[in-house]
Amino acid sequence: MAKKGDWVQIHNIVLTPEERSSALPEDTKSHPLEMWVKGYLQQDEAQVGDEVEVITRTGRHATGKLVNEAPYFEHNFGFLIPEVLKIGDMVREITFGGNE
Amino acid sequence: MMKDNSYAAIMARKNEIIRNSVGMDYESFEKPGIGFDYEAMMAATGYTLPELQRVQALFSVGNTPLIELRNLTTLARKCAPAGKGARIFIKDEATNPSGSFKARRSCTSVYQAKKLGYKGVVTATSGNYGAAVACHAAMAGLKCIVVQECYDSRGVGQPEIIEKARKCEALGAEVVQLTVGPELFSTVLRLLEETGYFNASLYTPFGIAGVETLGYEIAQQFRAKFDRDPDVVVCTNAGGGNLTGTARGLRKADCHAKVIGASVNLTGLHMASDAQFNKKSFTTGHTGFGVPFCVNPDRSDVPRSAARPLRYMDRYVTVSQGSVFFITETLASLEGLEKGPAGNTALAAAFRLAQEMDEDQCIVVQETEYTGAGKHINPQLSFARQNGIDIHFGDPKDEIPGKNIVLPAHPSLIRVDDVDLDRVRRSNIKNAVGTHKDELTDDDIRYLVEETNSNEEFVRSVIAGL
Repeated sequence: MAKKGDWVQIHNIVLTPEERSSALPEDTKSHPLEMWVKGYLQQDEAQVGDEVEVITRTGRHATGKLVNEAPYFEHNFGFLIPEVLKIGDMVREITFGGNE
Repeated sequence: MMKDNSYAAIMARKNEIIRNSVGMDYESFEKPGIGFDYEAMMAATGYTLPELQRVQALFSVGNTPLIELRNLTTLARKCAPAGKGARIFIKDEATNPSGSFKARRSCTSVYQAKKLGYKGVVTATSGNYGAAVACHAAMAGLKCIVVQECYDSRGVGQPEIIEKARKCEALGAEVVQLTVGPELFSTVLRLLEETGYFNASLYTPFGIAGVETLGYEIAQQFRAKFDRDPDVVVCTNAGGGNLTGTARGLRKADCHAKVIGASVNLTGLHMASDAQFNKKSFTTGHTGFGVPFCVNPDRSDVPRSAARPLRYMDRYVTVSQGSVFFITETLASLEGLEKGPAGNTALAAAFRLAQEMDEDQCIVVQETEYTGAGKHINPQLSFARQNGIDIHFGDPKDEIPGKNIVLPAHPSLIRVDDVDLDRVRRSNIKNAVGTHKDELTDDDIRYLVEETNSNEEFVRSVIAGL
């Protein structure tokens, strides 16, 4: 449950598939154009799925469906890609002649 | 009364919204016939190059280091015929506040917005430009909205773009994220109308004039260090602003280095395709932007783009995704410089181009970009592997965008493929003439010669064939 003033993320459908540009590939046109915005919750209480209003960092009022109560970033440096190590070893070997 | 905010209604108000949000009357540059006065539009910024340098200094932008990549040059010479292998240099644009050359592009726009009394700026970008605008808006005390194309219909975001959202938010901006589709433009227009903010478009004369200082600096730094000009300057090419601004700056310094554009080859992937959005490992610097923006520069969010790369390109080459990842890791391993992959597109090309040049010649790569979680070779290759892209060592010529990433089994396998510029020129002319019914005037022909950096005979022969 998010409370008034909490930082939340909301979601909107900007264009339904029917409203989208005709110049799109079919795999894009078959989906709606969706939008996500973050801001401070204006309702006293709300939970995921509720239609809510937020005030964004620039002070805009925006409405939409609450999708995330305390959004944060999870992107990282990925898992091990052994090939990356091999590239480093290879170019050092060719340039400097290895560990000798 | 509430405004009609349907897609059609917003697009119908496009010209009015753009005029109000850029403070520039694009109509005034239009000429009878098909052309417009490009130089008059560039001059309309009202800033001379020394003034731009002063504005950029206010934001601590520019005067980035020019670094000689001695070990990379050694490696290139080991791959080249005897006597070949030009000295390779890189302009470390990642040292700008916000981490890329885009700082040059945004600070003039933000300065202009502040000067004209706008309360904030809006920009449409999934790239480094958003961070640059957010950075300078923060410095100028302006509000900032960055609109990104970020997710596919499953809600899966490109890690590189998510990192830029994080950076923009860290710098105080509001980030509006959308799924795939060019209708992003209508959202930008709606936000411009709603907020009354300045449109810090990537493609206004302010943005492009800001990059002129980059080309100018390269010439000045090179002359100060080596008492000579570089022979070749390579620019990563997407929307064309990087190359256009750099080339104009080189010319203003009276430097005649050859200007070569380089893009990652994403042939076969449709840029507006939802299903292919996360099959590509580069979200910029690729042919999906590079070629269409050469053919028709006026496809952006302003009526006439100030980025007109075909006017300035001496040569245009492509490199594979795997080659750019390879060279990014090589830059870290041999030079101790850990940078973002997309900005290294030109470096991958330069590594090969240097092998065509003599040892006493010099080639400059004119940018680096910051790196971090998401926008780094490792998470981008991770993401590709998770999306079913086959990553293996081999010959880059076997790379199929969206299917595999072929890391060169040896650095000598890194190659460039030339884009047929005459073909691009023909498409550009065909597009410029479009549905124009009247006979073309001498002014029209002159305009097309300038647009395509060709000659009258070529332009007339193309028109005769239309």
